Amino acid sequence: MALSSLSLYSQAIILFAALVLFSSFVMLAQTRMVPLIFTFAWQGLLMAVATVLVAIVSNHKHLYISAALTVALKVGLIPWVLYRLSVRLDMNYDTEVIKHPSLLLLGGAGLVIFSYFIALPIVHLSGLATRNTIAVSIAVELLGMLIMSVRRTAMAQVIGFMSMENGLFFAAVVSTYGMPLIVELGVAFDVMVASILFGVFFFHLRDSFDSLDVSHLNLLSEANEPAPLAETAVATTPGEHT
Amino acid sequence: MNSQSIVWALAAAQTLLFILAAPLLAGWVKRIKCHQQNRAAPAVWQPYRDLTKLLKKNMVLAGNASWLFRAVPYIIFGATLLAAAAVPLIAVHLPTSAIADVIVLVGFFALARFFTALAALDIGTAFGGMGASREMTVAALAEPAMLMAVFTLAMTAHSTNLSVAIETVLQAGLVLRPSFLFALLALAMVAVAECGRIPVDNPATHLELTMLHEAMILEYSGRHLALIEWAAQIKLMIYAVLIIDFFLPWGIASEFSTGALIVGVVAATAKLMLLAMLLVVWETVLAKMRLFRVPQFLGFAFMLALLGMLTNVVLETGG
Repeated sequence: MALSSLSLYSQAIILFAALVLFSSFVMLAQTRMVPLIFTFAWQGLLMAVATVLVAIVSNHKHLYISAALTVALKVGLIPWVLYRLSVRLDMNYDTEVIKHPSLLLLGGAGLVIFSYFIALPIVHLSGLATRNTIAVSIAVELLGMLIMSVRRTAMAQVIGFMSMENGLFFAAVVSTYGMPLIVELGVAFDVMVASILFGVFFFHLRDSFDSLDVSHLNLLSEANEPAPLAETAVATTPGEHT
Repeated sequence: MNSQSIVWALAAAQTLLFILAAPLLAGWVKRIKCHQQNRAAPAVWQPYRDLTKLLKKNMVLAGNASWLFRAVPYIIFGATLLAAAAVPLIAVHLPTSAIADVIVLVGFFALARFFTALAALDIGTAFGGMGASREMTVAALAEPAMLMAVFTLAMTAHSTNLSVAIETVLQAGLVLRPSFLFALLALAMVAVAECGRIPVDNPATHLELTMLHEAMILEYSGRHLALIEWAAQIKLMIYAVLIIDFFLPWGIASEFSTGALIVGVVAATAKLMLLAMLLVVWETVLAKMRLFRVPQFLGFAFMLALLGMLTNVVLETGG
């Protein structure tokens, strides 16, 4: 469908969908903790604006409640909780090393192309003006998954998880004009509980490993056995036993 | 036949205006930058004074400078001049813009840059070689991003010709295109890198750690230096006009009546002044990057351009 034949509101929805996608890419490239949390909040805000626009276009009143929930939870509460956690855990100045940043971004672009082809059949079925943005919401989900799989710190993985949830919500809004409100409330509550659980989980991680780097979990082994750490393997050279 | 010659005269006049106004733009940027930073500002026409002073001065040439070293300033200036002729400043559909499209424009810049690097290597000083290697590194990364951004715009306009692209944008009216937004950001980042502005290069210093462009032209003096400096100012103006042409073409003359041309001049002036202010704000809030962060910066620009292209396919034409 040609963009110029749509109404300005529909064009704005598409613009905001693109911005949501862009914020996902920014999260993918952002290595510092606090800007990462702020980018997540921005994504929530952009999505709330898109939801309001969809509500105006489709005249679905309950979408306003969804947008308000998004603002309250994903722009307000969850980023605030994450920010407090990062301050309490003294990691708000931390940066993470991404090995191949450009390669990662190109991988993200590949995911966008992939999700475009995934969404094509749905797009052909749907008659909504916003149907083109389905591919974007799938891409946001996949990018969240990519963040979870390439990042090593628990905080970045949690943000990846949350942005996956963002993608899910966005898919629901643009493809079917929103889930039933009760489902949406349930999901919002789930996410809120998850963010609190993650906080507890962070503290346990730090107590056990002195760090939130999840790659330490790879070194776990059975209880009462010395962990086969790389460092100890180097330290126990033959000279030590003799 | 008569109207044909008038149109060619208009094209020549536009190119001349382009060249003569470029130092003025540089002076304007300098002036508001000084104001922004609470410094005493030089007059807007200070670049003209500098250029005439350099043009009058004698040249000092290195003993081992070959003919290439002497030819390069003219090649650079000529290539930049041709590039300026291809860009519509106040009117579209002039014959000069029908000859060259955006890809040729990128080619002209590449030609100028190639010869600058050659001249920098010609003398054999350490600075020249270092500057040339740095410049080529930046260019190799900036060019794909630039081309990708241009292709994104060309996909919407179905043409790489600048006049046709402008006409398309003008006729479509107000359309919120996400791909244009991304292409604008990418093009702005590339322009900053190519024109040697602050996050990538600092044109005002001669500090060996940070020099890119300046390191290459260190051996030049007199009218050679004047030509190179002038070409750099024209290049900045070309990028500014490109951004204006693609994203804010409103006001540009699409017919050759006197009224439309006057409106075109006024609109171009106003938009260039505004864009220069944005550039100054950008340069004031950002610090110079380390050289090794430049690839990341340009990688992000490429990413933006790619994203623009993808959103064009996925969101604007897809389905």
